[in-house]
Order: sequence, then C-alpha cells, then structure tokens
Amino acid sequence: MENLVSIGIRSIFVDNMIFAYFLGMCSYLAVSKKVSTAFGLGLAVIFVLGVTIPINWLIQNYILTQGALAWVGPEFATVDLSFLQFIIFIAVIAAMVQLTEMAVEKFSPALYGSLGIFLPLIAVNCAILGGSLFMVGRPYNLLEASVYGLGSGIGWLLAIVALAGVREKMKYSNVPAPLRGLGITFILVGLMSLGFLSFLGFSV
Amino acid sequence: MSTAVAEVVEKKSEPLFSKKNKKLITNPLDIDNPITVQVLGICSALAVTTQMKPALVMSIALLVVTTSSNGIISLLRNTIPSRIRIIVQLAIVSLWVILVDQVLKAYSYELWKQLSVYVGLIITNCIVMGRLEAFAMGNKPGPSLLDGFGNGLGYGLILLIVAFFRELFGGGAIFGFKVFDAMGIHYTGNGIMLLPAGACFIVGIVIWVQRSLNGYRETH
Repeated sequence: MENLVSIGIRSIFVDNMIFAYFLGMCSYLAVSKKVSTAFGLGLAVIFVLGVTIPINWLIQNYILTQGALAWVGPEFATVDLSFLQFIIFIAVIAAMVQLTEMAVEKFSPALYGSLGIFLPLIAVNCAILGGSLFMVGRPYNLLEASVYGLGSGIGWLLAIVALAGVREKMKYSNVPAPLRGLGITFILVGLMSLGFLSFLGFSV
Repeated sequence: MSTAVAEVVEKKSEPLFSKKNKKLITNPLDIDNPITVQVLGICSALAVTTQMKPALVMSIALLVVTTSSNGIISLLRNTIPSRIRIIVQLAIVSLWVILVDQVLKAYSYELWKQLSVYVGLIITNCIVMGRLEAFAMGNKPGPSLLDGFGNGLGYGLILLIVAFFRELFGGGAIFGFKVFDAMGIHYTGNGIMLLPAGACFIVGIVIWVQRSLNGYRETH
C-alpha cells in the first residue's frame, strides 16, 4: 500500500509528464488558454491514461515480451514480439480515444464542442504513448501500473490547469510584441518546471 | 495544431523544383517553422536537446519518417476512407518508426538507449501527423515528399540551435568537444541549462529572436 502511494505521489509531482519529460506538450500549449477547456482535456487525458496503461501492461506481459507467450504452449516460449510494441500500443490507444470521444459526445456535448479537434488528437498526445513506454521500462505489477497511469494523468491535469490559470492573467500584462503568445508561454513553462523541481527527492 | 482543410498547392504539370515547390522546403525553415510557428512536435524538441549528438540523430530520424510517410500517404490519399484515416496514418507512421528504431538499435546502441522512448514517440510527434493531415492528404506525392522534407529540416534546425546553446552553456562543449577547456578557460557548467527548464527558456528566446526578425506576431 505504501508502495502504491509512493508511486502515485512520484508520478504526479516528481516525474510529472510535462515538467520532467515534456510529454504532451503540443496540446498542453494549444489548449491552455482557458481554465475550463484545460480542465476538460485534463480529465479526458486522465481517463485515457488510466485505461490504456493497464491494458498495455497486460499486452506487454502476456503477449509481447520474450517468453511471454509461454502460456500458449512450450513451443512459443522463446518467441519475442517486442518489435511490435509501438504499433500495438498505438492501436490500443487509438481505440480507447475513439471510445472516449463517443462517450464525451453523448454525455457532455458542450465539452465535446469546446475540445473540438483536440479530443481525437489525444490519440497522438505523446503523454499517452509515453506513459505506456515508460511503464514497460519499469518493474511495475498490474496494480502499480494502474496507479502510475492515473497519477501521470492527474499530474498532467494539474500542469495544464495551472498554466491556463497563469495565461488567463497574462492578458493584463504588457509583454514585448514578438514574445507574445508562444514565446512567453515557453518561459512560463520553464519557470513552473523550476518550481516543480522542489518536489525532487520527495517520497512517502 | 493541424488544420482540418488541406492546402492544395500544385497545378497540373509542374516541374518538381519549381519556385512554388522550393517554397515548400524553405518556408518551414523560417516563417512556417513546425516548432516555433505551427507549435508541433515540441515534446521531443525539448527532451533530446541536452547535447548536440542525440539532437542530430533525432532530427535525421524524424526527417526520414516525415518524408517517407508524407510520400506514402499522398500516394494512398484517394483510397483511404476518411473515417478511419487517423488509424491508417498511425499504422504507416509506426511502420517507419519501427524501421528507424530497429536500425538505430542495431547500429548505434548507446545512442538508442540515450534517446530511449523518444524515438518511439515520433509516432505521436504532431509534426508527422500534422503534415499528413494538412498537406499529404490533399496533394500529389512529389510536393508532399518535399513538404515532409522541408518540415523535417525546419524541426532539425530548431533542435540543433537549442541543443547548441544547451550543450555549450550546460557542459561547455559542442558535440562532446570541450570548447572552453581547449581555449584554456575554466568553465563550470550551468546546471539549469541541462534541466527541463533550460530548454523552455532557450526555445522561448529562439522564438523571440525569430519573431523580432521576421515580424510574425501573435495576439495573446
């Protein structure tokens, strides 16, 4: 249990998807103009990450790694399918995103309208595929992997809502014209990332 | 991010290197740069730029993937049903990424380990998907190849600029060559350049300089 809490805290604050690995930056920068939209996208990311990481964990450990197919029969014990990792992971993610899109469209048309193109683009949000790839590189079991997925999603949500809050206030400040928009946003992200450094070495 | 409507560029019979087509290569280097103007492919641009060498390898890998997948999608553009186009595009892109990944793994294992997940993440690199959606779906293979090539170059250009400053100030080196030591100056690396924050600051400053020069403006 302690272990799970520790993984959760780490993935939210210390190994934050945005501030430590820059994953999911494109939609992070593009959708962070308003807090409400940012929050909606953040929730969608939590959902997709929380679902795809356990699924990909199962696929990785029961199908893809070397020797994982041993449960089929002894003659499969040496098969190594790990080169198929990318294409299978991305297929799972695309399918989950499609499902999320349909669910959001049905239950919250307003959010669906405001997310627009960015909802299908969660499929190509690096945070999702990155989460799965990082999960493979770490010795997590299924439960730990699920916690890691949810934690990473929550970290992403925190990061995007925080940035959107700052950017809403930026409207009132006098930024040099060429720096306006993207330039100042990058510098903001840099400063916030420095702030998140203070969580380094933080553990439960 | 990607615009929904594809821009149609070419007319009927045009030489491959006409003036218009040359623009496809030169525009992404400056006024239509994938990173600083179109805001595509930021993740890897920030993550692999602590040193010049991985940045260069990453640029080449992306160049190969954008050019070839733009070409293939453009060949198939009339046969792909639009409802499932994203997954078709992802499949073709991941095919190329798997190839690049396996080649890197075979011939330069150390670098492959250093780039870690970021080679795989070329699949979800928005430059690739963005250009497929915005250009290759509506144009002939020739111009699409050039467009992919140009955007790959534009990406590489920014990557190398950022990596140059980060490695120079962070480690006092260029391509692993200790510049300051060679000049006989003692230089203590600036750790902040090697942190994620350093990358953000440099990209912000690059954007600032570029926009002061070419006059591109954004209103908040």
